[in-house]
Amino acid sequence: MAKELLKGNHAFAEAAIRAGVEAFYGYPITPSSEFLEYMSSRLPSLGRAFVQAESEVSAINMVYGAACAGKRAMTASSSPGISLMMEGISYIAGTEVPAVVVNVMRGGPGLGNIAPSQGDYYQMIKGGGHGDYFPIVLAPARVQEAIDSIELAFDLAEKYRSIVHVIVDGNMGQMMEPAELPPMKEISKEVPDWAVTGAKGREPNTLTSIYLAPEDEEVTNLRLLKRWKEIEKNEVLYQEYQLDDAEILVIGFGTAGRVASSAIREAREEGIKAGLLRPITLAPFPQERLIELTKQVRRILVVEMNSGMMLDDVMKIVKGQVPVEFYGRMGGMTPLPDEILDEIKRVAANKGPGSDDPRDEWIPRLEGRILGEK
Amino acid sequence: MDETSIIISGFGGQGTLFAGQVLAYASMDNGLEVTWIPSYGPEMRGGTAHCTVIISEEPIGSPLIRNPDVVLALNLPSVDKYEDLVPKGGVLVANSSLFNREIKRKDITSLLIPANQIAEEIGISRLVNMIMVGAMTRLKPILPLDAVKKALEEHIPERHKNTLPMNFEALDKGFAFAEKTG
Repeated sequence: MAKELLKGNHAFAEAAIRAGVEAFYGYPITPSSEFLEYMSSRLPSLGRAFVQAESEVSAINMVYGAACAGKRAMTASSSPGISLMMEGISYIAGTEVPAVVVNVMRGGPGLGNIAPSQGDYYQMIKGGGHGDYFPIVLAPARVQEAIDSIELAFDLAEKYRSIVHVIVDGNMGQMMEPAELPPMKEISKEVPDWAVTGAKGREPNTLTSIYLAPEDEEVTNLRLLKRWKEIEKNEVLYQEYQLDDAEILVIGFGTAGRVASSAIREAREEGIKAGLLRPITLAPFPQERLIELTKQVRRILVVEMNSGMMLDDVMKIVKGQVPVEFYGRMGGMTPLPDEILDEIKRVAANKGPGSDDPRDEWIPRLEGRILGEK
Repeated sequence: MDETSIIISGFGGQGTLFAGQVLAYASMDNGLEVTWIPSYGPEMRGGTAHCTVIISEEPIGSPLIRNPDVVLALNLPSVDKYEDLVPKGGVLVANSSLFNREIKRKDITSLLIPANQIAEEIGISRLVNMIMVGAMTRLKPILPLDAVKKALEEHIPERHKNTLPMNFEALDKGFAFAEKTG
């Protein structure tokens, strides 16, 4: 198939349709609304379910219901909407049914704004809903990667009976890039053996997240944890750029990672050996690769569009072996390549020891930049 | 070809976003990598609207840029905002129908083009965006004018199909104005 110029939100939605999504439930919110709008125009004509629910709470519970019936079901929303869905997400995780949730993140906390952000990292990666569970989280950075991530998200959700989050910032939802869509997939006629489908001619299945006896809940928690350990072993994805001889390792995901790659290209032209590790799965995190890289590089720069959330995960893995520094923009601000280039140059020249909390050094630098931009 | 970054900026309703999409389609159809990203703030007709288009032979990193190689400024606020941001040797095309001042920068290629007047001569005021794009293809020849025309023909919304000949005329007149003045 030829490449088409596709808008992120539309590409996501069409990719889900081609991956065989049978039901979409949602509630509009910028910057993810085009996703729902696109689904509303496509799904009914294909004889599949589309419901604009009365709220995000309803929408996620409709996803829950469809997932229990063994259908490929999903929703898409943006940060405040995802917060409303968290109870249902926890129920889906506790019931061990597959579902895909797309979060096109915007500036927060609170109502915040509609500008692109990565401020939901903790919420999406660390669970967000209550209880012990481990979501799989994909963070594509290109429209083509977003298309590929959607099909993968459904496959992983079903393979592990897990919730899978696909997170992008508003930039990715709104931008257009040439990309190739996969061919339309037949909807699978196979019904998973755990699904609740009426029990005609067989023993009834029970799907629930209620385990009143703590002993039973603990066994469930342990099952989820052991499944997560399998996921950690099998499903790590990342992209590397210019890492072969890199002395400065830049780590960034999504848009921040893309912007960093432009800065790295320019840094290389100035003779600085910088390279990029861009996690595509934020959970599971590319831990082993990062450990290897700590033996190669002399300094690490983490770049995010938040206050340093992935930074904590990086620090935990690096364990002080190499100094780690941080640069972030918050509140819906996207860092530009020249900012990250400045940071790479500064980091390359810095021979000092690392800090326990790289934010302490970053805060005055950011304050200076904000003043300079005024 | 190095990476080229373009910002097209103007009032909402002047067709800045669509002009960027036409360049993006033309780039894709010419086998180039391209990103198009709009400002998507709470702005509607009458507010400001801009988009960033990056065109390259290599995979594109950042879809956003501080110092665009080319700026098409369709109104005065856009000239004020971007004149100082264009890097040395860059291109600024400004719609002089909507303001009355000189371009101060002497280290860039700048063009004052009375796009609203030209559009009215052709017959529709909405052609300002294509006049600016036409001028750009002359001053920064990264895409041939014919490639832009082909992209426009293939992607113009159905309801505007009848304006295609006038859009072509707008591209030609923008190009010719830049050729004559430059």
